[in-house]
Amino acid sequence: MLITRKVEFSASHLCYHPGLSEERNRAIYGAAANKHGHGHNYILEVSLDGVPDPVTGMIFDLKALKDVLNREVVDPMDHRFLNYEVPPFDKVVPTVENVAIEIWRRLAPHFSEAIRLKNVRLYETEDLYVDYAGE
Amino acid sequence: MSTTPANDIRLSRRYRFSASHRLYSDELSETENRAIFGKCANPFGHGHDYVLDVRVRGPLDPETGRIVDLNTLDTLVEEAVLKPFEHSNLNVDIPEFRAALVPTTENLALVIERRLAANWKSKFSEAPLDRVRLDRIKIEETKRNIFEVSSNS
Repeated sequence: MLITRKVEFSASHLCYHPGLSEERNRAIYGAAANKHGHGHNYILEVSLDGVPDPVTGMIFDLKALKDVLNREVVDPMDHRFLNYEVPPFDKVVPTVENVAIEIWRRLAPHFSEAIRLKNVRLYETEDLYVDYAGE
Repeated sequence: MSTTPANDIRLSRRYRFSASHRLYSDELSETENRAIFGKCANPFGHGHDYVLDVRVRGPLDPETGRIVDLNTLDTLVEEAVLKPFEHSNLNVDIPEFRAALVPTTENLALVIERRLAANWKSKFSEAPLDRVRLDRIKIEETKRNIFEVSSNS
């Protein structure tokens, strides 16, 4: 059975690769390459895969899940400029793909074979989101 | 820029268009059409604000941190779907439906999938973004009626 919890955070970023020309950056990232950055209200949906505990009827302690999401994602990323304040985005372009991968990496160690991290869905806007389920 | 490339990411992008349609088959009687399609068979048709969700799937380009060039995807969807479908009467204006295919949203999803799949290779031919595939089409006719079709183009 899958259980999904949603959290939101707001952050600024810019998508600009220092190894590419101004023109290439503009072609690849469009307005997202503007040098002073811009922001989004990110919505993160994290799905766990497990079996409800026969006693509690719960797959995972939702309070514990909320704490993990806050500690690993919301606290460090909310109201931050990703490129300047949240590693590895000082070195990795914070596209929505890369932010989802980073969130997966931060969350995965908190779960186990019995309660697996199944999917990370990250909305950058209402009309653009990625799904990442690990390697 | 060092990051281990992730080889399977799905990205979804949402588009909108408004169109009218009428669900009616000439091969069925008036009574049968009414029984199957209900008020969707009313003679002058009706319309919806469709929400189209195009999902693509592929490996991350480690340099750009992207799996798909969004401009190219937008251009493809615009040319193949949005321009012809926006403010159209599906039964009359879209060739696939003019040829007696009932524009149910099931058929609409299939037509959109075929249009995108047919133009996919020509748009996404350049490395490294040639590894991106069309993965799924989802279309909302209303908030309550949602249709999905898988693809692998």
